[in-house]
Amino acid sequence: MEEATTSRFSATTLRAYIMIAVLGLIWAYFHWATDSIFLTPRNLSNLMTQMSVTAILAVGMLMVIVSGNIDLSVGSVLGFAGGLAAYSITIWEYGLPTAIIAAIAVGVIIGVFHGVLTAYLNIPAFIVTLGGLLAWRGAVKWQLGGNTVPVSNDTFKAIGNENVPETIGWALAAVAIAFVLFMAYRKAKSVKDYGLGEANYTGELLKAVIPIGGIVAFILVMNSYQGVPIPVLILVAVALIGAFVTNSTTFGRYLYAIGGNADAARLSGINNKANILKVYALLGALTGVAALIFTARVGSAAPDAGVLKELDAIAACVIGGASLMGGRGTIFGACLGALIMASLDNGMSLLNVRDFMQDIIKGSILVAAVGLDMMGRKQT
Amino acid sequence: MPLLEMRNIVKEFPGVRALDGVSFTLEAGEFHSLVGENGAGKSTLMKVLSGVYPEGTFTGEILVDGGVSHFRGIRDSEAAGIAIIFQELSLVKELTVGENIFLGKEPSNFGVINWSELYHKASNLLRDLHLPIDPRVNVGSLGIGQQQLVEIAKALSQDAKILVLDEPTAALTESEVETLFGILRNLLARGVGMIYISHKLDEVFAMSDRITVLRDGRTVSTHKAADITKDGVIAAMVGREVGDIFPNPDHEHGEVAMRVSNLNAYSIDVPDKKVVDNISFDVRRGEVLGIAGLMGAGRTELLMSIFGAWQGPVSRRIEIGGRQANINSPGDAISQGVGFVTEDRKRFGLILEQTILDNMTLAGLRTISGKFVTNRTRETIAAKGPMQSLRIKANSPLTIAGTLSGGNQQKVVLGKWLLTNPKVLFLDEPTRGIDVGAKQEIYAEINRLAKEGLAIVLVSSELPEVLGLSDRIIVLHEGRMAGQFTRDEATPEKVMAAATGHPQ
Repeated sequence: MEEATTSRFSATTLRAYIMIAVLGLIWAYFHWATDSIFLTPRNLSNLMTQMSVTAILAVGMLMVIVSGNIDLSVGSVLGFAGGLAAYSITIWEYGLPTAIIAAIAVGVIIGVFHGVLTAYLNIPAFIVTLGGLLAWRGAVKWQLGGNTVPVSNDTFKAIGNENVPETIGWALAAVAIAFVLFMAYRKAKSVKDYGLGEANYTGELLKAVIPIGGIVAFILVMNSYQGVPIPVLILVAVALIGAFVTNSTTFGRYLYAIGGNADAARLSGINNKANILKVYALLGALTGVAALIFTARVGSAAPDAGVLKELDAIAACVIGGASLMGGRGTIFGACLGALIMASLDNGMSLLNVRDFMQDIIKGSILVAAVGLDMMGRKQT
Repeated sequence: MPLLEMRNIVKEFPGVRALDGVSFTLEAGEFHSLVGENGAGKSTLMKVLSGVYPEGTFTGEILVDGGVSHFRGIRDSEAAGIAIIFQELSLVKELTVGENIFLGKEPSNFGVINWSELYHKASNLLRDLHLPIDPRVNVGSLGIGQQQLVEIAKALSQDAKILVLDEPTAALTESEVETLFGILRNLLARGVGMIYISHKLDEVFAMSDRITVLRDGRTVSTHKAADITKDGVIAAMVGREVGDIFPNPDHEHGEVAMRVSNLNAYSIDVPDKKVVDNISFDVRRGEVLGIAGLMGAGRTELLMSIFGAWQGPVSRRIEIGGRQANINSPGDAISQGVGFVTEDRKRFGLILEQTILDNMTLAGLRTISGKFVTNRTRETIAAKGPMQSLRIKANSPLTIAGTLSGGNQQKVVLGKWLLTNPKVLFLDEPTRGIDVGAKQEIYAEINRLAKEGLAIVLVSSELPEVLGLSDRIIVLHEGRMAGQFTRDEATPEKVMAAATGHPQ
């Protein structure tokens, strides 16, 4: 009788608007409280760079969470992959390409290993990756012998610390805008091609104004400091790929189906085990990428690199609306969640809030965000 | 003075008037059935009665024993002697029968539970009900039918004067239904009043003193059971006269679409135990093959084993379209043209939080949408066909599946499998728990599909359904073939005799 009209799309969109509004409030408050330091190009550039590692992990984590699983080990795996990269470049002197491949490959191998234990041996993901959290941290300490290994290669360090020149920034913006326009055109045209009505080119063009404006504003702000930071560029690429995978591939749809109802997914012909294995491998690859940025930024690999990063990534997903029960969550939400967390870190540091207080506030906000979400959900 | 009187109840949801001035009375010791299509307002009315919708969220009066009641929550209605047994079981499987019965009301001193008193009271209660169940065993170890009876014992531990039963027999075997009805008759004699919600009119007529029909949130009629016929009730429910529920099949049979030989399937938990024992059959294009049998006869296990979805050991030989088929997973089965409308749509059929569109395209996604990259527009167009032909009532394909009525949910599952272009379609309990109107639509669809040349294998616990739709019927009993009948040979008595293991 209650044939509700709510669709996943509209509920998610509403949620996204609310989150953007919350982010706006946080930014406005910090900007006011820091005497107009927060929203300067310099600080925004720092903020974006700071969030990139967490956000890249969150993109992978989101997909794992959507499939109804979890990975508690990414912080330790990040440390291990980063350590391997630093070791191979400084001690073994293998050169940059090898170091990059090694970090990503070890992430994938560990991901596959966790995936096999979870999907094929039916050990709960929580346990497998809790074990991984301990074991891979131990592996980092063993590997580094308790020492910090500096990175000797300047090109490698550039991955975490340099910016792309202004002109390249604009060139990338032009490509991005062209892509947005192409997608708008394709969408309008497909309506006509499939006989669903007339193509509404003006309407789609108007809808494209917001993303195009966002791209231009982003490049303007970044260029008015030092250009787009390379970690941010990598994050944007990872997030776009993640959004494409979750929204527009069969693999992405299968992840939502498995997390939403594993039995129904299996009986619909989906190979649940293989897809869970794949999603862990994907998170492993992204952990490798995050490890490279992290190590490059710090300029060295330390035994405690990446500690608690798994919790940041999970928190970002959850603040962004993902359900730990699986089946629900978006890449956009996870990135926004990471941005909110990074904004809190950055703003509170600018305000010289003591670090124990920062932890208490962040923890409370995580719980409050999910609490409000649940209240909102119950009413509908 | 009636035991219970509900006067002029009006309950509105945003945009919908779910109850529009419903009045209802129940006498002590009376068995009063409440029937109507899904969405007619039966469940809503019971939620008003139980305080799930607290006072103030609806208008109208509830009188218990002549006094006006003000229920602010379930506790208030329980205190007034109203107990509701919902369709979905609300027992904790890891706890014992006794713990479940007294959950939240454990006999205790200063918070320390008096276990001997609890189990003593529990066994007395079970003995009163003539239930041979040990109160110390875990509920999870009982069969679904016995769990239902424990649920009823739990309701009675609260000295209920009014017992509401919402589809209590959906998961019960015939003998369990008889046990249940025996218990209910006892309680009626003690003066307990009962409100009984069911789609099974045979049961309704076997037990009822009065029958009230709801339609679109209004009371259509209340009759003494003796004064009305089944056809009359069905007509009142759907608001129109129903002719023959089962359209005459008259199917043309083509070549053999699927042949299954020597299928054996073993239990998941007990590897030596056969759940399906050496079954062979074939089904032709355009034919509806019915599989009858009681609960636990191995019907679902048989279909699951063919489909590559049975998780225990399986051996069998399958031919599809004359060629041997290797099926090791549901994916294999789908790609070779087998579709499977599974039982229990909420558990096995649907992803409730996703849209109609997402659900309908899931099984055939790679052919409908794209092998790796999906295409929304193509999916929307593909889903349009079944949405129209099955008459799925929803505002758009983006409506969340979980918000649909049972009948529409079932049509979404059926639509999902039609979109895989099957040659052989398995239907496992395709009309369980859905209203008469939706049932008829699904029956018509089954006949239409058979006419188009699809081979259909139909499993159903409702005997009239199997008899009415099938061209040929196989009867299973404890995993073995217990009988085979053509449409003309089959009678309810013969099929039931074979199903119970006593062929005539």
